[in-house]
Amino acid sequence: MTDAAHLRPKMIGASVPRTEDARLLTGRGAFVDDRKLPDALHVAFVRSIHPHARIRAIDATRALAAPGVAAVYTAADLEDVVPPIRATSRMSGYYATPILPLALGKVRYVGEPVVAILAESRYLAEDALELVEIDYEALPMAIDPETAARPDAPLLHEAAGTNILLTREFKRGDAEGDIAMAPVRVKGRFRMRRRTPAAIEVRACAADYDAGRDALTLYAATQIPGILRDALAQIFDLPGHRLRVVAPDVGGGFGGKASLYPEEILTCLAARQLGRAVKWTGDRVEDLTATSQAFDEIIDAELAVDSQGRVLGLTADAIGDVGAYSIYPWTAALEPVQVVSFLPGPYRVPSYRGRVRAVATPKAPTGPYRGVGRPVSTFVIERLMDMAAREIGIDPLEIRRRNLVADDEFPYKVASGLVWDKSGFHACLEQACAAIGYDALRARQAEARAAGRWFGIGIASYAELTGIGSRISAAPGMPINTGTETASIRIDSTGAVTAAFGVAAHGQGLETTLAQVVAEHLGARLADIRIVQGDSDAVGGGTGTYASRSTVLAGGAAIRAADGLREKVLQVASHLLEAAPRDLVAADGRVTVVGTDRSVTFREVARAVYAEMGRLPPEAREELAVTRNYDPILGTTSCATHIAALEIDPQTYIVRIERYVVAEDCGRIINPLIVDGQVHGGVAQGIGAALYEEVIHDENGQILTGSFVDYVVPAAGDIPPIEVVHVESMSPTTLGGFRGMGEGGTIGAPAAIANAVADALAPLGVDVFELPVTPARLFRLIANAQARS
Amino acid sequence: MTASRTITVTVNGRRYERTVEPRLLLADFLRHTLGLTGTHVGCEHGVCGACTVIVDGDSVRACLMFAVQLDGRTIETVEGLGGPGKLNALQEAFRAHHALQCGFCTPGMLMTATDLLRKRPLATDDEIRDGLSGNLCRCTGYEHIVKAIRAVVGPAPSGTAANAATDD
Repeated sequence: MTDAAHLRPKMIGASVPRTEDARLLTGRGAFVDDRKLPDALHVAFVRSIHPHARIRAIDATRALAAPGVAAVYTAADLEDVVPPIRATSRMSGYYATPILPLALGKVRYVGEPVVAILAESRYLAEDALELVEIDYEALPMAIDPETAARPDAPLLHEAAGTNILLTREFKRGDAEGDIAMAPVRVKGRFRMRRRTPAAIEVRACAADYDAGRDALTLYAATQIPGILRDALAQIFDLPGHRLRVVAPDVGGGFGGKASLYPEEILTCLAARQLGRAVKWTGDRVEDLTATSQAFDEIIDAELAVDSQGRVLGLTADAIGDVGAYSIYPWTAALEPVQVVSFLPGPYRVPSYRGRVRAVATPKAPTGPYRGVGRPVSTFVIERLMDMAAREIGIDPLEIRRRNLVADDEFPYKVASGLVWDKSGFHACLEQACAAIGYDALRARQAEARAAGRWFGIGIASYAELTGIGSRISAAPGMPINTGTETASIRIDSTGAVTAAFGVAAHGQGLETTLAQVVAEHLGARLADIRIVQGDSDAVGGGTGTYASRSTVLAGGAAIRAADGLREKVLQVASHLLEAAPRDLVAADGRVTVVGTDRSVTFREVARAVYAEMGRLPPEAREELAVTRNYDPILGTTSCATHIAALEIDPQTYIVRIERYVVAEDCGRIINPLIVDGQVHGGVAQGIGAALYEEVIHDENGQILTGSFVDYVVPAAGDIPPIEVVHVESMSPTTLGGFRGMGEGGTIGAPAAIANAVADALAPLGVDVFELPVTPARLFRLIANAQARS
Repeated sequence: MTASRTITVTVNGRRYERTVEPRLLLADFLRHTLGLTGTHVGCEHGVCGACTVIVDGDSVRACLMFAVQLDGRTIETVEGLGGPGKLNALQEAFRAHHALQCGFCTPGMLMTATDLLRKRPLATDDEIRDGLSGNLCRCTGYEHIVKAIRAVVGPAPSGTAANAATDD
């Protein structure tokens, strides 16, 4: 910053309307399937109808002869062409399943791609699907993860020798000993059912092949163009400048578009082999059966507190049902390991032991999903806190006050080894209570209860690690560095600013927020800035947008690069204005000599550098471009408290959420309107996880939730108005003071709803250990409780 | 396969004559035959509402109709609302209230809201939410969409805003 920096207008912190909106509101966006590639073939996949079966034979003769069919691929056609890719990890005892574009030898979940058919249109490709004959031999299987974890269970991957793909343990102190000595103990077997991200745009990709250069461009509905580029370049042994991955407008992701998929590999391969563009547009059945799924853990947890409610010890044994494959690049560890590493939450937990096993079952692989592990860990610890509070007769608010890490205890090392930097744990709790009128709400509850109504209040506090840097793997032991981001900013000869990043927005509005950061630090006009992202060619290396990282990492890189470029602009301007750089200020696309009306525009500066002869000395004519990296090393801490007030209809068992308040600390806010939107959307997905959404397999391994009729995504009437309070405390550890905030809403909501439902039903002696609490589950819980009494 | 048929439709005021297979979905006809890719396809089974368009004045799911059913009829799609340089009042409200994130459900939301605004008083926010119940959005949690539509309708009569805690 120059001395005159305070003279610049503030762009960071302003609710500016989004750059993206004009095109998206008028049908002029460019999503993958919108792209018309001349002469493109369309691919459709024959998918497994069995959860676990040997493929004895495939006969595709009739399909190949069908109208418009150009080619048919099976695994046999790929054996020497596409090497398997594995999500490797340094974790000991971990087995990385080989991942292939088409099932080889056997199938391991319903929906797994087995045969690819390429035809002149999507209709014709789909026509030919039913002409393929596959001779399957059904194999024994264990669909339930506890059964699958037994030594005698049928193996999904024989080479692994077990279905347990990894085990991990975190330990501090003697938790078992502390619990045994404790005056108050609460425990339960918690279960969070499998869910799926269900972005409204289903996955799609289109490979354009340039035969002249032997170069591929893959347009993909993905959150990770850089990771895809690197993986595909490895698979096809191509240099990066001949393999470009573009994520254009992407219709939501939530983690479901953050892994490498078989369809992407196959589409690239076919385009290259057939010398034609190849397009795949999935449908909703494919999305609900073969996009990475999430959660699906069983956790036996026990919490001990003293007579005042202060935590003494915590133990947990978790089984994560990770599905059939260890997903690339995150590995099967991503979700289940984070459940146990985040379980101590934002609380002082002196002793802890958390153990997890990730178990392969014949279901679609699990992968990253908004919140990763933390929606589940928060559900468990927040339920235990409420159970403990009830046991000793204090309010749920009070037990949190007594156990949340205090402001003077930061940085706080969590029992599992994570470190919380200073964040508004207590401020969020208190401000959420103030916003909802906690005491008055409790008084209302007392009246409702007296009238026999099922009215409950639930609190959930949590902390999350966001914007993680290079010192921490996004997934344990994963060899990809997700902790660095690049910003490359250039002023061209017209004075326009182009800023390129390795991130890949899919709804977050990064074209706007990153432009706000660049505008403020460079002193450019917002309207003059174009953000390039979602393109592996944008910068030398980048990974994408996931894990609440983009604002912290790309925002930090933007600050560094924009500051550097501003210095260059001031240098040039100092020649033009004949003033020392320290007397100049850049603002609103103009450099001014402080205290005078002498100024030059960015455009004039650019012309002087690029176009006008003799205006500058030769050594001052360097390109107006700066590239900088940023690495937050460890990352930072975001936190929030959610409070829900709800009532359960005694006839229908439908839960009606009356009030919902979030007080969150995401650090310095770039665009308050966008932050509100992220919180609302996250909470809505968390409400889905708490009340509606569940991927259901029957005992035969068939998926029963293959449509939006059966997999229930909340609609407008299911989501209450959500009140958001911003506790804006600058992160002490990140450049710019930003903390990540894309996932938080989904982390707090399931726990808050679960606690509120349990609170509503406390007079009946009902507790909540399993989510979602659908009306059917509530009915059973209440009926069982009434039968007991 | 049944023989193709020639149909004439009016889309956003422009007349098109095209020869199509009887099985061609209206959504695919708009997107791939006419190149109007603003209408999005989210589920292909009539639940998500992303493909909502207006046919002869009523909102319909373009994934649940065949193009041949549209012969002689009039269709409005998102491209017929304001253009990027000249948003209409509803689009402008969506922008001002941050009622879209990824923008994929947005065309369907806009067309449903257009239909609602023409036909219903939308006196309460609950009525707006009810009217949107056939359009799924995964990003916004609906709150800003409701606010945007409310802004176009005008303020709710006092005491009916869903934002107030509903007391019984």
